[in-house]
Amino acid sequence: MSTPESSPEPLAESLFDKLWNSHLVQAQTDATPAILYIDLHLVHEVTSPQGFDLLRDKGIAVRQPGRTLATLDHSTPTLPAGDDGQRPYITAQAQRQVQTLRDNCHEFGIELHDWDSPARGIVHVMGPELGATQPGMTIVCGDSHTSTHGAFGALAFGIGTTEVGHVLAKQCLLQNKPKSMRVNVEGKLGKGVTAKDLALNIINYLGMNGGTGFVLEYAGEAVRGLDMESRMTLCNLTIEAGARAGMIAPDETTIDYLRGRAKVPQGADFEQAAEKWLQLASDPDAVFDSEITLDGTAMRPTITYGTDPGMSVAIGEPVPLATNASQEKALQYMGFDGGQSMSERKIDVAFVGSCTNGRISDLRAAANVLRGRKVAGHVRMLVVPGSENIRKQAETEGLHEVIIAAGAEWRLPGCSMCIAMNGDMVPPGKTAVSTSNRNFEGRQGKGSRTLLASPETAAASAVMGRVAGVADLEPAQEVA
Amino acid sequence: MRAFTKLSGPILVLEQENIDTDQIIPARFLTATDFDGIGEHLFADWRLDENGEPIPDHRLNQPGARHSPILVGGHNFGCGSSREHAPHALMGFGFRVVISSQIADIFRSNSQNVGLLPVVLEADQHASLLQMDGEEIAVDLEACEVTVRASDGAEQNWPFTIDPFARHCLLRGLDRFDFLDQAEDAIAAYEEDR
Repeated sequence: MSTPESSPEPLAESLFDKLWNSHLVQAQTDATPAILYIDLHLVHEVTSPQGFDLLRDKGIAVRQPGRTLATLDHSTPTLPAGDDGQRPYITAQAQRQVQTLRDNCHEFGIELHDWDSPARGIVHVMGPELGATQPGMTIVCGDSHTSTHGAFGALAFGIGTTEVGHVLAKQCLLQNKPKSMRVNVEGKLGKGVTAKDLALNIINYLGMNGGTGFVLEYAGEAVRGLDMESRMTLCNLTIEAGARAGMIAPDETTIDYLRGRAKVPQGADFEQAAEKWLQLASDPDAVFDSEITLDGTAMRPTITYGTDPGMSVAIGEPVPLATNASQEKALQYMGFDGGQSMSERKIDVAFVGSCTNGRISDLRAAANVLRGRKVAGHVRMLVVPGSENIRKQAETEGLHEVIIAAGAEWRLPGCSMCIAMNGDMVPPGKTAVSTSNRNFEGRQGKGSRTLLASPETAAASAVMGRVAGVADLEPAQEVA
Repeated sequence: MRAFTKLSGPILVLEQENIDTDQIIPARFLTATDFDGIGEHLFADWRLDENGEPIPDHRLNQPGARHSPILVGGHNFGCGSSREHAPHALMGFGFRVVISSQIADIFRSNSQNVGLLPVVLEADQHASLLQMDGEEIAVDLEACEVTVRASDGAEQNWPFTIDPFARHCLLRGLDRFDFLDQAEDAIAAYEEDR
């Protein structure tokens, strides 16, 4: 018989429950939110200046500079400095914003990966690459694609600038606990079906607001079969279904990716950490507020046709008919008629890059399509590596030569045409096949029309000069 | 933060669904290092032509738009990026309240942090408001109630729910940071225990 002191049977917990509970500084009550401790705060130039102002206003320091990591990515040019040594910033204001981050990092003692850093990159590419992103962590950044880091079994989500100030000052956030949803993808993905296609199918199923109020956990054979870069692509796009965070439990794939990276423990310490990380999983009888199951074997290479990431079809399918006024407006903006074949659509721009698809495997996939082929004469193609490390790796492998020989532009790392803040943009009325994350009106420049797809599809479309999949390509010419 | 208790005024309706933060404030206006004057760029790509001149027949450029303190947006308002510039731009233009039948998570918390009141109503109530562009309604945060006058002249009160702490801070104009600051001992203890 149990005594009153004995603790009850522990409740089964999801991975999310475990991450949430282990970071509680103060529990949520009916009247107040939880105080959640933050292990890693990633910072970039756009959403941080007013956060640092909070510190100055209150006369306080950054609480944990060692848990704070900064980079330049959004407002930065992807063309090199000119003969005068000046980098071609789009405006003086953009340059001042970068200088402001530099000054703030200097003043508050934060590690900044500036132009001269061999590791500088898009914030969500650089963090994992350095091993700063680790399983079991809470990770935030003033950027909604912070969900990327959930690929490592971390609780990672985007925050606003006021909250950036809170984390700089207190290393904590005020949060109410979201609901949980498990997304099971059963079966193996078919040949040529990438993580981007998988994510677009999930967003299509949930709708762009189906995840609102939830944290997602991705599970099932198709998810387990993904390599780390693919897992990052999947988790990156979680916010496009309205969920702030998505996560995948760590496994040997996670451990293998992290071993030897700059900021993880080394040697025996790493193996000890890995043992703990591998225990981070939802208990078998954990309860989720919602659970969905999709068939991975039925998924095909996919492309969006509308102005939200949920509006997508398999390549080769026609544009669906609009069923309400908002969809009608989207088709009108995109210049599509419902029922029209998408393969007829001529494209003007192809973009491979971004925190969604700017990693080395993405560049290899695009280069494999471009090898021995030419980008169509009327298409401008931009390939932008996600970080300096990726740029170097790609150049070591000769990918840049393949890309340039095909007639595409090879650029310096940055967010580039995904958010079009730095001058890399799609002209009004023009159509881009883009590996980025948002097809909102004007996202890639005022009046731009964006079709989201995988690097393979972007490259194939660039070659064909119209919407096309890899399966539509003629055999490539032999390259000597 | 400015306190919010109660206000009444004409509503401005933008009925499109899924109005994302790239529409509210396009990315090219995000290179400033403060939020001053950002309201001038609100919905820039909808409201302004190639030369930056207002398009006269856009709802946001019609007379009185600047005197509508309440924006009623289509379902799933504020989806997309985490840019706090979005609620700042709405407030800079003159809005104090955003009403929809669903409001995206990050936009909602950003709004609460900067003093813009996000209100989520039932679908049928929201649908009624979408048909009431320009009409006067009242929003009472103390009572958590929206008051509208129906076509027969009768007053209707629609209750809404909001996170209690957000309500507490908005009603008093409290900076949420102070709550974190008061938890200093708990934060230090957590760091000590790790």
